[in-house]
Amino acid sequence: MKDIVSQNLSDLLNNIKEKKISSEEVTKAFIERSEKSKTLNCYVTDNFESALKDSKKFDNNPDFSLKLSGIPIAVKDLFCTQGVKTTAGSKILNNFIPTYESTVTQNLWNEGAILLGKLNCDEFAMGSSNETSFFGNVQSPIDKNLVPGGSSGGSASALAANLTPITIGTDTGGSIRQPASFTGTVGLKPTYGSCSRYGIVAFASSLDQAGPMAKNVKDCSLLYEVISSYDSKDSTSIEFKRNNYSELLSNNIKGKKIGIPKEYRVDEMPKEIEDLWIKGIDYIKDCGAEIIDISLPHTQYALPTYYIVAPAEASSNLARYDGVKYGFRSEGNNLIDMYEKTRSEGFGNEVKRRIMIGTYVLSSGYYDAYYLKAQKVRKLIKNDFDEAYKKVDAILTPSTPSSAFKIGEKTNDPVSMYLNDVFTVPVNLAGLPGISIPAGLDKKGYPLGLQIIGKAFDEQNILNIAYAMEERINFKNNIKEWWIK
Amino acid sequence: MTIDLKTIKHISKLARISINDEKAKKLESDLNSIFKFIEKLNKLDTDKVEPLTSIAETTLKLRSDEVKSKNIREQILKNSPEKNKDFFVVPKVIE
Repeated sequence: MKDIVSQNLSDLLNNIKEKKISSEEVTKAFIERSEKSKTLNCYVTDNFESALKDSKKFDNNPDFSLKLSGIPIAVKDLFCTQGVKTTAGSKILNNFIPTYESTVTQNLWNEGAILLGKLNCDEFAMGSSNETSFFGNVQSPIDKNLVPGGSSGGSASALAANLTPITIGTDTGGSIRQPASFTGTVGLKPTYGSCSRYGIVAFASSLDQAGPMAKNVKDCSLLYEVISSYDSKDSTSIEFKRNNYSELLSNNIKGKKIGIPKEYRVDEMPKEIEDLWIKGIDYIKDCGAEIIDISLPHTQYALPTYYIVAPAEASSNLARYDGVKYGFRSEGNNLIDMYEKTRSEGFGNEVKRRIMIGTYVLSSGYYDAYYLKAQKVRKLIKNDFDEAYKKVDAILTPSTPSSAFKIGEKTNDPVSMYLNDVFTVPVNLAGLPGISIPAGLDKKGYPLGLQIIGKAFDEQNILNIAYAMEERINFKNNIKEWWIK
Repeated sequence: MTIDLKTIKHISKLARISINDEKAKKLESDLNSIFKFIEKLNKLDTDKVEPLTSIAETTLKLRSDEVKSKNIREQILKNSPEKNKDFFVVPKVIE
């Protein structure tokens, strides 16, 4: 039997169900590994003591009919966990202990999973490198000088470094798919309305979606079917037929039509990414699917649109952090002074920058020129996809315009940081599902990902395509465990 | 268009975030480069386009307004920076 922490979810579940290993042994193994990996800075809060108790409790009265029987899991620190500190990577929530549980994490515990701890992320999920967290940046297991991506950077790093067998993140403009791509893991951003937003610290409500991250497509499918549910506590949760995605997973994608959007050949794209994309196209053809050239003409407007819509929604959502009912407070001479000092000291620079952009575009006299304009362009971007889906079943693109960059490389230039999300942002604006799968390594040995974008609620189809491609790609991550002491 | 220091100060008032002059200068330059990037949208004619206001094209569901979480007052107050009995405390508002 393989070393516990390097087993994937399916192996762990089989071994637990066949009583070859106990939940306690599995939980212990991941705790020990996590304790030896503090250098990576993946955890904001650990829940190791409770996790051990929970695993013993599971072993004393095991229920093997559950989908995640006795599996320990660490989650992004953006999900509210009842009684366990939830910070969203921010100083302003540094001491916040939720009185309730997010629906997505509740779904995990209902299926027998055990909380290992809360994982680092960019502050309020605003960032593409996990460098905006109040709790410091996360290192990538791929190389100590590399960012793991963001905002679900702690999740991606912990998963790739075997500190958790699976994890969950959130994706507002690429925050699951980009870090998955940077760390050689699989990450799915589901259709908007598929996973409940209840109990997830809000960033941009019309774009935020929770999603699974795993080491392979099958594990990702199983985790997705656990976390996706209709929830009356989220007014934009959607009722639709949810499948047992992992059971229905099939590598037969013969006859499927896959679109290649010409607008995704951006100017600065390195040749390695272009080559990877071509290789992906060959794999698709190899599986008997058909390649069709398509056009998504408004792609170049997606990022500017996103940087109006997301900050506008963020400025509204983050108005609640005022130092009164919870969170950090800085004392002031009067109420307004207290608000201004609290928010000035409690938020980091990137969050303040985005609140300022959002406040400006929503302010009197500018609403039509910016916010309304962006909503109109968002419609055009969605129309592009609607048109394309008359001809194709799914779309194949690179996940990111480059492999992982170095820590500190882009922190002084917000626009160059934002450009990293050029291939992922349109998917959020259109509310569609997208999955990133590892597809190769570049010359430096850093992972590169391909993204498959689907029609709304067509997760099964993109999971199947990813599954078929995964078999042919046969990706091997190159991780040297430099951080283990 | 460009955003000047006066506008930065005005937005920071609206956003209830105090900023010093040095930070304001940095924000001025950051916001101008971001808005230069955003202004690409002006190239598009959107006069006849309907704005997308909700991605899920369904009407919001109604539900009855019931209290579901009970007896959590203590826990909620515990998160407050300052409290007095059952109240949140803020600096004096009325002189």
